[in-house]
Amino acid sequence: MQIAFWALAALIVLAALAVITLKNVFRAALALIVCFVAVAGIYVTLSADFLAVVQILIYVGGISILILLAIMLTRNLSDGSPANKLRLPAFLIAAVFLGLIVYAVVNTTFPVSNSLPPEATVSGIGRLLLDNNGYVLPLEISGVLLLAAILGAVVMAREK
Amino acid sequence: MEIGLQHYLILSAALFAVGLFGALTRKHLITILMCLEMMLNAVNIALVAFSRFVTPALMTGQIFAVFVIVVAAAETAVGLAIIISVYRHRQAVHSDKIDSMKR
Repeated sequence: MQIAFWALAALIVLAALAVITLKNVFRAALALIVCFVAVAGIYVTLSADFLAVVQILIYVGGISILILLAIMLTRNLSDGSPANKLRLPAFLIAAVFLGLIVYAVVNTTFPVSNSLPPEATVSGIGRLLLDNNGYVLPLEISGVLLLAAILGAVVMAREK
Repeated sequence: MEIGLQHYLILSAALFAVGLFGALTRKHLITILMCLEMMLNAVNIALVAFSRFVTPALMTGQIFAVFVIVVAAAETAVGLAIIISVYRHRQAVHSDKIDSMKR
């Protein structure tokens, strides 16, 4: 458990650093896929089995492929991802953010519960999504949002 | 040392900070989009960690993570369509080349 967490955490941070440092955008996208798979592993260590599967299906199987296709469609001679002039202020902002969060997390006592999580989360999530007291309305709205996003993407990306 | 909630929260903050730095400094539009995805993943890690350690029986955090993933998928589809459309009109995918509203 501990070894799995530390290995996955190191893999996530290294892959994220590779995404923002690699010059070649295609290689950065491949590093992003590694990051997504490691995040799915983190979900497994948190005993969220359904979310791990969803992460693999949607992020690794869907979003990564979309990103790779978009890179191949927009590749031109001046390839690469150069940095802009905001490097130092952006680094300061990110470092201050990280420092503040770490400070807050270390100095807070969370009301951690000792009870164990359920063995399988699929039925519980299904009940929460579709029960009377659950999240039926957000579920329906997210369906409408996906439909609108698909239509918008088709309209914007097609040849005139 | 037992792995607790704070480890996951610090991991989430680290991933978010890396994504924030990348989104602010990179010029390539698709790299900016990838950094946004990393930041959303960091938020999801924090949500699932809270759900696992604070309210293990309720799973509300996992529901939130599912909705975040839905919105992220929609955002990626629309964002990539916009990038492809911009590329078709201007032959450029770098944010410093797309500045007609600044001039």
